[in-house]
Amino acid sequence: MPVPEAIGTILAPAHQAYLLQARQMQALSFAVHIPLVCFGIAFPMLILFVEARYLRTGDQLYLTLARRWSRVMLALFGVGVVSGTILSFEMGLLWPNFTATFGSVFGLGFAIEGFSFFTEAIFLGIYLYGWSRLSPRLHFLSGLPVALAGFTGSLMVISVNAWMNHPSGFRLVNGRAVDIHPWAALLGNSYLWHELIHMYVAGYIVTGFLISACYAFGRLRGRWGRYERTALIIPLTVAALAAPVQVLVGDWAGRDVATTQPVKLAAIEGLAHTTRGASEHLLGWYTNGQVKYGIAIPKLLSLLAFHNPNAVVKGLDTVPANRQPPINVVRLSFQTMVGIGTLLALLGVFFLFTRWRRGRPPNSLWFHRAVVLAGPLSVVALIAGWVTTEVGRQPWVVYHVMLTSQAVTAAKGIPVGYATLVIVYLSLAGAVAWILRRLSRAPLPQREEAAV
Amino acid sequence: MHLYALPLIFILIGLVLYVVLGGADFGAGFWQLAAGRGERAERLREHAHHSMGPVWEANHVWLIFVLTVMWTAYPVAFGSIASTLALPLFVAAIGIIIRGTAYALRMGASGPRERAALETASGVSSILTPFSLGLVAGAIAAGRVPVGNAAGDQISSWLSPVPLVIGVLAVSVSAYMAAVFLAADAARHDQPELEQEMRLRGLVAGLVAGAVAVAGLVVLHADVHRLYSELTSGAPLVVAVISALSGLATLALLAARRYEACRYTAALAVAAVIAAWAIAQSPVILPGLTVAQAAAPHDVLVAVTVAVLAGALILFPSLALLFRLFLGGRLSEPAASPEAAQATTGRARTWASPGTLARVAGALLLAGVGLLNAADAPLAHLFGVLCLLAFIAVAFSS
Ligand code: HDD
Ligand code: HEM
Ligand code: HEM
Repeated sequence: MPVPEAIGTILAPAHQAYLLQARQMQALSFAVHIPLVCFGIAFPMLILFVEARYLRTGDQLYLTLARRWSRVMLALFGVGVVSGTILSFEMGLLWPNFTATFGSVFGLGFAIEGFSFFTEAIFLGIYLYGWSRLSPRLHFLSGLPVALAGFTGSLMVISVNAWMNHPSGFRLVNGRAVDIHPWAALLGNSYLWHELIHMYVAGYIVTGFLISACYAFGRLRGRWGRYERTALIIPLTVAALAAPVQVLVGDWAGRDVATTQPVKLAAIEGLAHTTRGASEHLLGWYTNGQVKYGIAIPKLLSLLAFHNPNAVVKGLDTVPANRQPPINVVRLSFQTMVGIGTLLALLGVFFLFTRWRRGRPPNSLWFHRAVVLAGPLSVVALIAGWVTTEVGRQPWVVYHVMLTSQAVTAAKGIPVGYATLVIVYLSLAGAVAWILRRLSRAPLPQREEAAV
Repeated sequence: MHLYALPLIFILIGLVLYVVLGGADFGAGFWQLAAGRGERAERLREHAHHSMGPVWEANHVWLIFVLTVMWTAYPVAFGSIASTLALPLFVAAIGIIIRGTAYALRMGASGPRERAALETASGVSSILTPFSLGLVAGAIAAGRVPVGNAAGDQISSWLSPVPLVIGVLAVSVSAYMAAVFLAADAARHDQPELEQEMRLRGLVAGLVAGAVAVAGLVVLHADVHRLYSELTSGAPLVVAVISALSGLATLALLAARRYEACRYTAALAVAAVIAAWAIAQSPVILPGLTVAQAAAPHDVLVAVTVAVLAGALILFPSLALLFRLFLGGRLSEPAASPEAAQATTGRARTWASPGTLARVAGALLLAGVGLLNAADAPLAHLFGVLCLLAFIAVAFSS
């Protein structure tokens, strides 16, 4: 690994008065793209499951469900594509020096990702427009590459993010990356695996809870037939299983962060000084080197991070103040994610337990209200998780190698671009809400036209 | 041929395919906008929408391909271009958002008013995007992008004759590609009236594109003389002549209603223009930066080449399948009712009783927690994760 403070840059870093806006623009674009991506990860699998059910049982209900969901998937995929395209442009528009200096190290990941998008887009075209044109079995098979590409696509993009958090596979000489081994940089990175699994499971949580939230909402409004019940149970079961698992995967992620990015961990916990047997603080606010108004649990942090109640946990004071991330942002978002994650896991366990004991899912209004809430909350957890990871890495864009302020463009007009993007994304959000309403209002036909 | 030039060839191939396939998509938006009002216009728009539907997303990915290979193989050139030409690139990106969103929304639109609004939005962005991307290509060709972080002027680098002409050329070529494509599609679906309309439009757009290309040469002569003289001698000249001839051939074929052949000659004309530009400009990619200097280190180039070739092995058969199903009319016709697709009747197989499955799931969960959350070795983590994912799968199916 490169030594700390070895700074790499090819193009001359320039002063950019609007660095913060550039960062917010990037964050905004991610906040739009990533929830959509969850549907790219998990929706094909769900739809294929339902279609397989149809093939097995011949029950028309499953077919209707699969076809309706696949129209939603098409709409979300379209929006996912454009938001992803914006991200690709932003790599150059906002961070040209990052791309110019390290493009050859990490770019391969995006290039391969490009091919998985190709596969996804091509087979999605075949799947969605081929409902009654292909034989049922062939049609089902044409959906498999879509589901697979959702996985490989996130694998490659996360490998880039993992590389930024834990860079390797090159040497720096005079600010240039030399001796580059792109495969090792991307796939030989220990940091990749927890991020990938955590994100992949998050995809199922977000998709599952959001879809079931829609039907639970319908239930509260009195729409509650066999169709709705099935449409609620299937995604909810997936999400309910994934949510407790996510807590376990998150624990693993935390231990990886503790060993590779101690400063990020210190920011997550608000730990000002290196401490032996550090305690964990729930809630609270970090000021003047300590967490105020929090609930302290002695030695828990050392135990969780290093499996040893007396382990030494590095504090923020191991680096100068201008090399520390904004502590409360990181801390708050982490606590948000963990809090929501715990609630979702509890909800999931409750649902599964009731189903198992009583042989049928919980039926109370309160349960359905909770499911309605769980949908948006899971998205909040998702974004909060990424804020933890990305803001926790600040001020570095490539950890201990390149500062975000060195990566940024020298071009003018960032505020104008930012404002434009905000307007565009607001309209986009409105548009998505509109189309989803439209699609959900469409009658439940027995004879449905193709998804065109 | 040196290894350092190979990714550039991939980029140029991607660019040609994007102009031909993605261009047809933007062109379709252009014709939707230009169709005006009334019933016939409505039919034309409907046709354009249906024809592009299944291939829209796949066509679009070519641009992503070009960008990613560019920043991996020629990172400094990419950073310089993106920072100096930030404005046109940003406009192109916004155009793509609008175009894609309008496309995604179209299926929810009911009634001509909603559709017309969406089509206006998508039509405007369909002009804006190729125009802006043309500006970018033109600015690079005119040598107006110096190496550095936004080192060139943010406005005057693209606001000059050559980029503007290339921008207009991009729009007219898109319109032409789309007209050919739509005419062929109408012919396949036995809609002679539509076919006739699109063919006429195609001829006009083709003539316009040709005229703009000639105008481009004149402007190049006046403005970027070095590139002009390279382009009008030796190999580039031969390639440029090929392009002009295929351009003429494609018009003749269009007039003769030979659509299939017409598409290939049109693609050839585009490919030859881009090739002529590339050869004329080589070995320089940006002023003072040769392709060899811009290229990533050897290992990276090998990796990119391997990845692209392996990707192509998957990509081209899949694309061929898509276009065969699609052009064969198997994907674009209105679908029959779901009942038409017969289901294999219920033969619910269970290979394990729910009780067993539940027990297996429980064991997997326990093993997963032990390996992932209690143990500390990476290998244990690997198996732990596998156990947990298997737990989800098994529990779900029980
Ligand atoms: C539905 C979403 C969701 C839920 C319920 C959780 N997480 Fe999470 N978390 C994410 C979604 C997420 C993510 C997908 O947004 C992140 C961002 C980067 C990553 O790899 O996953 C993340 C990052 C992330 C990180 C930082 C990893 C890094 O910087 O590399 C840690 C330590 C945790 N999570 C821990 C947890 C714990 C202990 C949870 C349980 C209570 C939890 N997460 C629930
Ligand atoms: C590749 C080039 C990338 C650059 C230059 C970059 C840089 C940044 C920056 C500067 C921010 C803003 C942080 C802040 O607000 O302080 C950010 C946010 C974010 N990044 Fe990255 N990042 C990149 C790649 C990625 C990748 C590959 C992922 C995911 C796989 C990712 C996920 C996120 C997310 C989710 C946020 C949003 C945080 C928020 O909502 O505030 N980033 N990124
Ligand atoms: C710098 C970061 C990123 C870039 C440049 C980027 C780029 C893109 C692009 C260009 C697309 C559209 C593909 C198409 O045309 O079909 C896309 C879609 C997608 N992206 Fe991203 N992306 C980024 C971050 C992420 C993250 C954080 C994830 C999640 C792990 C992700 C996973 C996906 C998936 C699964 C799709 C499929 C489309 C969908 O289902 O909506 N990407 N991305």
